[in-house]
Amino acid sequence: MSTINADRPADALRAGDRQADQERAESKPLGGIAGWLDDRTGAAKGMSFVLKKVFPDHWSFMLGEIAMYSMIICLLTGAFLTFWFVPSASPVVYDGSYIPLQGVTVSDAYRSTLDISFDIRGGLLIRQIHHWAALVFCVAILVHMGRVFFTGAFRKPREINWVIGSILSMLAIVEGFAGYSLPDDLLSGTGLRAAEGFMRSIPIIGSYVSYFVFGGAFPGEAIIPRLYAVHVLLLPAILVGLFTAHILLVFLHKHTQYPGPGKTNNNVVGFPMMPVYIAKAGGFFFIVFGVIALISALVTINPIWGYGPYDPSPVTAGSQPDWYMGFADGALRLLPGFLEFTAFGYTFSFNVMIGAILLIPIMYTLIGVYPFFEAWVTGDKREHHLLDRPRNNPTRTGIGVAAMTFYIVLFFASGNDLMAIKLHLSINDLTRLFQLLIFVGPPLAFWITKRICLSLQRADRQKVLHGRETGVIWRYPDGRFEEIHAPLTPQERWVLVQHESPEPLVITAETDANGVESPIARKERLRAKLSHFYFKDRVAPPTPSELEAAHHHGDHGVETHEPEAIEAGGAPARETIKADRQN
Amino acid sequence: MNDNETTAHGESGALAPAGGDGALETRSTTELDRFENPGLPPHVHRAADDDPKAAKRAEKQVATLFGLSMLSTLVFLVGYFAIHDDWVFFFPGLGQAKTLNVVLGLSLGFALFFIGIGAVHWAKTLMSDEEVVEERHPLGSSEVERAKAVKVVTDGGESAQINRRPLLKYSLGGALGLFALPFVLQVAGSLGPGNVEELKETLWDPKYNDGKPIRLFRDPERTPIKLSDVTLGSVFHVMPETMEKVYEEGKHVLEQKAKAAVILIRLNPDDIKVQKAKDWGVDGTVAYSKICTHVGCAVGLYEQQTHHLLCPCHQSTFDLTEDCAVIFGPAKRALPQLKITVDDEGYLVAPQGFKEPVGPSFWERAR
Amino acid sequence: MNALAARRRHPAAIALLILVGLLVTGGAYAFLAPKEANASAVSADTVAEGKNLFLANCASCHGTNAQGTASGPSLVGVGAAAVDFQVGTGRMPLAGPNIQAQRQDVDKIKFDDQQISSMAAYVASLGAGPSVPDSQYTTVIQPGDQKEAGQDLTNNQRIARGGEIFRVNCAMCHNFAGAGGALTRGKYAPSLTGVTPKHMYEAMVSGPQSMPVFNDQNISPESKQEVISYLKAVDNQTNVGGLTLGNLGPVSEGMFVWLFGLTLLIGCAVWLGKKAA
Repeated sequence: MSTINADRPADALRAGDRQADQERAESKPLGGIAGWLDDRTGAAKGMSFVLKKVFPDHWSFMLGEIAMYSMIICLLTGAFLTFWFVPSASPVVYDGSYIPLQGVTVSDAYRSTLDISFDIRGGLLIRQIHHWAALVFCVAILVHMGRVFFTGAFRKPREINWVIGSILSMLAIVEGFAGYSLPDDLLSGTGLRAAEGFMRSIPIIGSYVSYFVFGGAFPGEAIIPRLYAVHVLLLPAILVGLFTAHILLVFLHKHTQYPGPGKTNNNVVGFPMMPVYIAKAGGFFFIVFGVIALISALVTINPIWGYGPYDPSPVTAGSQPDWYMGFADGALRLLPGFLEFTAFGYTFSFNVMIGAILLIPIMYTLIGVYPFFEAWVTGDKREHHLLDRPRNNPTRTGIGVAAMTFYIVLFFASGNDLMAIKLHLSINDLTRLFQLLIFVGPPLAFWITKRICLSLQRADRQKVLHGRETGVIWRYPDGRFEEIHAPLTPQERWVLVQHESPEPLVITAETDANGVESPIARKERLRAKLSHFYFKDRVAPPTPSELEAAHHHGDHGVETHEPEAIEAGGAPARETIKADRQN
Repeated sequence: MNDNETTAHGESGALAPAGGDGALETRSTTELDRFENPGLPPHVHRAADDDPKAAKRAEKQVATLFGLSMLSTLVFLVGYFAIHDDWVFFFPGLGQAKTLNVVLGLSLGFALFFIGIGAVHWAKTLMSDEEVVEERHPLGSSEVERAKAVKVVTDGGESAQINRRPLLKYSLGGALGLFALPFVLQVAGSLGPGNVEELKETLWDPKYNDGKPIRLFRDPERTPIKLSDVTLGSVFHVMPETMEKVYEEGKHVLEQKAKAAVILIRLNPDDIKVQKAKDWGVDGTVAYSKICTHVGCAVGLYEQQTHHLLCPCHQSTFDLTEDCAVIFGPAKRALPQLKITVDDEGYLVAPQGFKEPVGPSFWERAR
Repeated sequence: MNALAARRRHPAAIALLILVGLLVTGGAYAFLAPKEANASAVSADTVAEGKNLFLANCASCHGTNAQGTASGPSLVGVGAAAVDFQVGTGRMPLAGPNIQAQRQDVDKIKFDDQQISSMAAYVASLGAGPSVPDSQYTTVIQPGDQKEAGQDLTNNQRIARGGEIFRVNCAMCHNFAGAGGALTRGKYAPSLTGVTPKHMYEAMVSGPQSMPVFNDQNISPESKQEVISYLKAVDNQTNVGGLTLGNLGPVSEGMFVWLFGLTLLIGCAVWLGKKAA
């Protein structure tokens, strides 16, 4: 804890407040309700620990908070909706105030959702807040995951929290799908219809699973109440439980921080919980809630009155799930039909199963094991509390962008019909294009990203060694032009030089002293290869002696660039100069 | 096993960084030649730190924001009681919108938003913005503490005599293991008896009509269809006559509809290239199951000129001239055809039901 | 102006600029976007005038006797409804080599109502086909609890029944709100917003382009009227929950939350994490 200098004007302004605090503390040492509570719980010890916790300031650290707050908003508004929603598929005749459906036979679930939307004051607003918050929840989780991945925040000691986060992310989309299906409208019913088709595709037990889940033939009257129990009880309980563990681990580990002057792997620099983060994080809850409420006031979401009640015979053009399920739906659109075949009298529907049943678990398993995989490849077993700048780990960043590309291609594939009509393209061509992109896109994205990262690293190096471009051009008496470079301050420089640049692991000896092939060597060969893959292309951070050398050359007016620095392609101006010199 | 150890590097065949001496600790050979962390930069004062006027201004701003929040809440309260459900107002950008929803939403949104903005503004301008440094400590416990924990566990085991009395160990394991069974049974028990045969049956089977051919009814009008009603290029959405009984009973309406939905189309008989398809229809009028063989959406998008049927869910495309074979998309199988004829009164009837299960594939489908 | 220039590098400047840009384009689009037209049916003129117009404008593709050529189908037996629909919506004469004929703005329609009716009369004289609908069936049913003469159901119930028929027969191509949808190979079912009741009716009976025919034995004239009234009721309905985002379903909602919702929240987070001046 830093001490505060009392001679600062800022503190002078606050001096009065503090004095008052002290007086109060002296006169009333934790009396009243607080004292009563502490006598019975001993909470004061823990309170001071928690309230003194330091959090670093950065906008990207708020992404997880957006997810947390939108989840809380969903819980609040969801509780409100349960007062009116009737989770029943029994048919009733609608007689509410929405004219174009009056007299139509609908399910009780659909009728009650219409009532919430039209006949309960403020009901539509709460329903829209609930649904928009759910969409924001899934968006924020994904973006938060991206931040954690690209900055390497999943490394030791945070691997468990990464796994918990991955599970949360997967459960969030399942929770979303369950909620989306509850109103029993035409669109969500079509979704359930497809979900039943997915279940059937499971080998051996598929039709039993379908009968089990739907309590008989599709659609039945069991699925709505069951989904309701899953949506309001089972999954929220698991989500809240895992989320609590997630947050507790954040407190335990202390927050990671971006590299910067004064920030080390052994400290955390930021602002204390009390009062700054109570105000900032608490305030941010209201900001997120406010923004979602404003969106819900102005933008319709899931107009179930327009879709009409579920009926297996009709269907609407543009039948899509909510966006977070889009990638799985996209996969179903891309998988070719020949993956279904009959063998030994039994039907194998891999055209459905791969996209609908296997994709999500496989994807999340790969995500969950990544930290362990990377730790194994790098052989790095130290704790990491300083984040990586994404460019300083080009291979990881490349892998991340490749995975994102895979996801995005699937995601866009699920909107192929709308893209076709809005962009005046052929849906068939679009589907073929996405089928190609799913194979070509990720490797291409990996390669491009890695190259960009390396270039950025070289640019950083350039900046450290030759200073920042000032935009000031000097003309020399001999007619030569040169841009003036200003040296970096030690603080500015530190961000660019602080990182490690690991070298690939190599096998030290293939054979032992007696010429016998080492069993370890055989085992480790794969690891050495992967390590090579990760670290073979590296740009070492500049060292003080290199900077010294650069200055030395600069003094003599001769600019020498290392080949890699030229390759990094600094300002065009400099290249022109170089060409001049050669002439 | 202590995680903090590096991989065994002394042994032959171990991995080490290139250029290193084999030990992972010295992963950076240039360790000595590195820049020093310059430490926290000096604190830059904010306007409100130095200038009492700026601080006062910030205070007023925060108070104003909180005040605006209160005002918005008041608007919400008034709006809740004053605005009638039917009121519609023209909001620029929104068009004719429901006044209640817009007013309640905006006032609630701003009431919350201004609290948040106010609190954050307060934190940013008036609370100390001098960075605080908190030290980290390794998360793992010390060796002594680990040993202590191990001792507590082993001592406990000793005291419970779990190793000396194997009977206890095994019976406890058995009890705990069996205790899970009732739950497994509950789940497994309700899995069956799933009647897979039901997946293969539809109301088009004449057995649901005392063995008589079943008339084709319009959906949703529920009226029978004459062959003469179906002109070239027409599409009828069809349910079986046997649905009437189901409607009357009011039970399993959707379950039956979900399997029985049929689409009836008339095209030029010469356009149909498959003889069976022609034979199962009447003068180019053919009926096919409307349930997609992919995952079961309703395939209703008929293109009159190309004779393609498109599924709106995953774009499987079926060609009516080729007996509804798949020509594009993720479905594998053709849509099952329903054989139709004309009865004495000129109405279209289905004499024999579907010859294969309709809808998405399942394991026992071909059985 | 100086204060403005000084702030041009402010992080919010880009966001503000984008917002202004979007508002301007959106506003301009809303101003320029096609508005609904009121076309009224006019009685037919002479067949002869229709034939002359046909020869001048249509015969190059459909043949001098409307028997059809390689570049256009035969019009014998398509009926007056088909002509009134195709020419009246500006789809014919075909504007260009599009994958399918598109509805044109009212001011781009080449013929006046009288010319269209005479052409329709000429084509109708070539062979029996669906005629231009009786205005009785193209009158939109007004919502209300009253019953119209000869009807068992109240107006509201008839509109609701129109909705049921629409969902089974039309929504799979035209989308639940008539916003349109994609067909194979670049073809599409057009949006039904702003289409006149007469043209909707004619499309159902004549089955233009990819659309199948819905004759009076399939969907009765009363039911067609109900379908049209349902669509108009949906069109005229107030935006209950606010902006409809084109009534395109979850895809546009997802796009909105990513592009707008996330941007707004991250903007707030950036402001929150920034040191005060």
